[in-house]
Amino acid sequence: MRVAVCEYGAGNVRSVVLAFERLGADAAATSDPQAVAAADLAVLPGVGSARTAMQGLAARALDDALRERVTVGRPTLGICLGLQLALESSDEDGGVRGLALLPGRAVRLREGRVPRIGWAAVDPGGEEFYFAHSYAANTPAATATSEGIAAVAESGAFTGVQFHPEKSGRAGARFLERCLSRA
Amino acid sequence: MPLPRLIPCLDVAAGRVVKGVRFQGLRDVGDPVELGEAYSDAGADELVFLDVAATVEGRDTLVDLVRRVAEQLAIPFTVGGGIRTVGDAEALLEAGADKVSVNSAALARPELLTALAERLGSQAVVLAIDATGGDVRSHAGGVETGRRAAEWAREGEERGAGEILLTSIDTDGTRDGYDLALTGEVAEAVSVPVIASGGAGSAGHVAAALEIAQAALLASILHENPARLETLRAELRGLGVPLRDAA
Repeated sequence: MRVAVCEYGAGNVRSVVLAFERLGADAAATSDPQAVAAADLAVLPGVGSARTAMQGLAARALDDALRERVTVGRPTLGICLGLQLALESSDEDGGVRGLALLPGRAVRLREGRVPRIGWAAVDPGGEEFYFAHSYAANTPAATATSEGIAAVAESGAFTGVQFHPEKSGRAGARFLERCLSRA
Repeated sequence: MPLPRLIPCLDVAAGRVVKGVRFQGLRDVGDPVELGEAYSDAGADELVFLDVAATVEGRDTLVDLVRRVAEQLAIPFTVGGGIRTVGDAEALLEAGADKVSVNSAALARPELLTALAERLGSQAVVLAIDATGGDVRSHAGGVETGRRAAEWAREGEERGAGEILLTSIDTDGTRDGYDLALTGEVAEAVSVPVIASGGAGSAGHVAAALEIAQAALLASILHENPARLETLRAELRGLGVPLRDAA
């Protein structure tokens, strides 16, 4: 099972690669659009700001590679900022156009302490995952929520998660295992 | 709100976990990777690795340590100690750390917080504040700064810090309980999460801190013994503190 983790200058790539390696997958960080288009599973991780991240994707032609593989039905996982970038737009940085792999837009969190940092239950299922975010997806494609916030959103071959499965201990490993088994 | 967090803090120097009283007489108490993994298995929500030596020569050792920790650990961890530039922080995050904590460097150059947040995102930037009587001290508590903790916390948030790690010098190491007055004052002043630190001696102390702060840093109460974390978690649950299910 080949897993391509998009390397585009936006954070925690190594943690994601290591998490898949622990599950026995052949995972590698890459900026090569062809490798991203062809992998069994492509992962768009990301922390930091939406505008810088979109520029990083475009500069490496990874935006087209991701759209292409989702169009032909290849499983693709977005994590945290990776989920927000997959939306049509983000309110961050004065407004940023997204990849439009999912309907909806990323909006600033208004309730509680922001950034929203820590472990929280995801329903259905009730398993707890680690979150660290200031924006969240406002999307009709949400298939799981955490305290009313979109935690998982799916459309076709794309799955986005707001939490960090690679940092969510055993629950996170089980989630990534399920992603591998579906890919 | 996410669940309250328990965050064991490991002091490291030259790639090993060390123990000392107020940074004096450091002795080797173990391997950071092994201890970190054991804490993770015992249900730690996050970990903090604090480089108490923080020498320029030690930077490569620290980055290497972070790489080794990231290979084993599937929970978030923060690295602090001696981070002065965006480059320092980037090297640690690229190696697998999730957040960096800055203290004296941010006091000397508050704009560092903004530069870090712009490059890494606020969620990766922890402002560590050491305070006595509400006054901020820098350089491991040694230097007066003329700043008040709550005001500095608020400024830090405005400049881009995503969390405040607040240590009370007055209660640190006493095991008489967290400085709840100081913690309350700072938590009131900011809208980012606050991590209370200094003074934990019992589950009751931790529970009281978690009423005010979003996380509690655990140092001497654990005695570098992961089994104590398991006991503490059970006691906290008994006191009605909701903690994650680490299974």
